[in-house]
Amino acid sequence: MNWLLDLTPDEWNAVRLSIKVATVAMLASLPPGIAIALLLARGSFWGKTLLNGLVHLPLILPPVVTGYLLLLTFGKRGPAGAFLAEHFGIVFSFRWTGAALACGVMGFPLMVRAIRLSIEAVDRKMEAAAGTLGANPLWVFGTITLPLILPGLIAGAILSFAKAMGEFGATITFVSNIPNETQTLPSAIYTFTQVPGGDDGALRLTLISIVISMAALVASEVLARRVGRRMDIE
Amino acid sequence: MSVLVDIRHRLGDFAIDARFESAGRLTVLFGPSGSGKTTLINMIAGLIRPDKGRIEADGRVLVDTAKGIFAPKHKRRIGMVFQDARLFPHMSVASNLRYGRWFTPASERYADMDAVVELLGIGPLLGRRPAKLSGGEKQRVAIGRALLASPRLLLMDEPLASLDEARKAEILPYIERLRDETRIPIVYVSHSIAEVARLASDVVMLAQGKVVASGPTVEVMQRLDLLPAEERGEGGAVLDTNVLRHDEAFGMTVLGSAAGEIRVPGLAVTAGAPVRIRIRARDVMIATERPSGLSALNILSGTIVSISPGEGPSVEVGIDCNGATVLARITEQSRHALRLRLGGQVFAVIKTVSFDSANTSAGLPLEADG
Repeated sequence: MNWLLDLTPDEWNAVRLSIKVATVAMLASLPPGIAIALLLARGSFWGKTLLNGLVHLPLILPPVVTGYLLLLTFGKRGPAGAFLAEHFGIVFSFRWTGAALACGVMGFPLMVRAIRLSIEAVDRKMEAAAGTLGANPLWVFGTITLPLILPGLIAGAILSFAKAMGEFGATITFVSNIPNETQTLPSAIYTFTQVPGGDDGALRLTLISIVISMAALVASEVLARRVGRRMDIE
Repeated sequence: MSVLVDIRHRLGDFAIDARFESAGRLTVLFGPSGSGKTTLINMIAGLIRPDKGRIEADGRVLVDTAKGIFAPKHKRRIGMVFQDARLFPHMSVASNLRYGRWFTPASERYADMDAVVELLGIGPLLGRRPAKLSGGEKQRVAIGRALLASPRLLLMDEPLASLDEARKAEILPYIERLRDETRIPIVYVSHSIAEVARLASDVVMLAQGKVVASGPTVEVMQRLDLLPAEERGEGGAVLDTNVLRHDEAFGMTVLGSAAGEIRVPGLAVTAGAPVRIRIRARDVMIATERPSGLSALNILSGTIVSISPGEGPSVEVGIDCNGATVLARITEQSRHALRLRLGGQVFAVIKTVSFDSANTSAGLPLEADG
C-alpha cells in the first residue's frame, strides 16, 4: 500500500491545487448562481429563454469550445481579460485563477439548475406571511427563502465542486497544463498517461480523485440530511 | 379605531365592488365561498392590490388608487392569521413567535411575549418545531406570532376552517379572550353562522363581491334571507343576555334578556356574566295563546313585526319580544291555520334543550363594547 500514499511533491501539488481551484470555483459561483436561479425561477422578462440557454451552454458545448471562448474573452488580449487586468489586477491566463474560472463556468449550469429547482419548490405563501409580520423583501429573502432553499444550495454547491474536480477540457484549453499553477488532478493524470512509466502515478491520482469525489458526495448527503431533519417540511 | 374599505376589483369573470366601514371589536366578513371575503382581507393586508379604491385603518390611508398610494405589506403593521397557519418550518415555535418583533419599532412594541404565551396557552410548545404540532396548536401559535408583531389591526382568514370540531372548540375560547382582553381590533373572515354569532360584534355580509348588509351582529343576523343557502338552517335571532342565576336542582342556567328569562342547560359561568345565544328559527314554535301542559320551558310573549317567505313551504316570522326580536320558521300551513298577521300578539316557544355549545357562548362584555 505504500506506493499509494507515497506521492511525489508534484503529485501533492496537483491534489492541493485541484482542491483549491474547485473550492474557489464553487464559492465564487454561489452568489451569481443564486441570483441567476432567482431570475429564472421567478422573473418574467424579455430574453428569459435566451438567458436560460446561455447558462446551459457550457453543458452542451464541447469543453474545448468553452475553453477557447474563455481564452478569447478572458485571455491577455481578450476584452474582458484586458479590462480586468488593467483595472483590478486580476489575471486569468495561465494562472490558477483561470483554472478556477474555467471550472466555475463549466459547473455553473449544474449549480443553477439545482438552486432553481429548490427556489421553485418554496411556498411563496410563507414569504407573504413574513411580509405581513413586517419583514421587507430583503429580510424575507434572508430569513425565509434562503433557509428554505438550503438543501438545494448544498446540492448545487457540491455538484459544482465535483464538476470542478473533474474538469479537464476547458481548463487545459484556457490555461494550459503548467505544474504548480494550472495542473489540476485530471491534467496531471493526463500528463502521466502521456509519458512512459507514468502508470503508477496515474493510478495513484485516479484513486485520490475517487476518494475526494466520494467524500464530497457523502458530506453533501450528511449535510442535506441534517438540514432536512431540522426543517421537517410539512 | 375603525376600518374603511371602498374598492372595486376584477379577477377574471369575478368583480368585487364593496364598501364598508366598521369600528367594531371583532368584525366578521361573512358570506359563502366565492363572495370575495378573502380577497377583501388580502387587500387590507396588502397581499392584493385593488384596481380602484381606498382602504383606511385607524385613520391611516393604506391604499388610495386615485392618489397613487399603496403601502407595502411590511409597512402596514397589520397582523394576519392565515387559514393554513403558515408557520415557518425551519424555525422553532419560539422563533416563529419572535419573528415579527424584530421588525417592530421599539416605541410601538406593546405585545408582551409572556402575556401572549399565557393568553394562548402555548407555553409547553415553545421548543417544538411546527411540524410536530397539531392543527389547533399551529393555529394558536400563528395567532401568537401575529400578535407579537404588535399589530394595529389583526386579520384572521377563516382560522378555523381547516380544523375539525374538537379543534375548533379548543381555539374559539382563545379568540374570545383575544377579542375581550386585548385592545386590537379584529377583522375575521368566516362562512359559518356559529362563528359569527359567537364572535362578532359587527358583521359585514357579502354576496357575489358586494356588501349586502353590515352593522351590529344582533341586527344583521335578523336577515335570514341573506344567509348562504347551506347555512340558512342555522340562522336565527342572536341575543345578548346576562346570567341571572343557576338552577342547581335541575342543572339549568337562567339568562336575563330584554325578551324575558330564558332557561338554557347549565353553563359554567358566574352570575352576571354576559352570554350570547343564537335561537335558531327552526327551533322556535309559535302559539297564539299562552300554552299550558307543554314541556318547553321558554315562553316569550311578543308582537309579530315581520312575515317573510322562507325556503320551500316555510315562512319566517319576526316576533318583537319587548325590544328583542326572535325569529321563528314555521310552515305556510301553520301561518294560515293560526291566522298570523303583522301586529298580532303571539308567544314564542323554545325548548331549553335546543341550546347547546354551538349556539350558547360567552358574550361580549357589554360595558366594554365599541
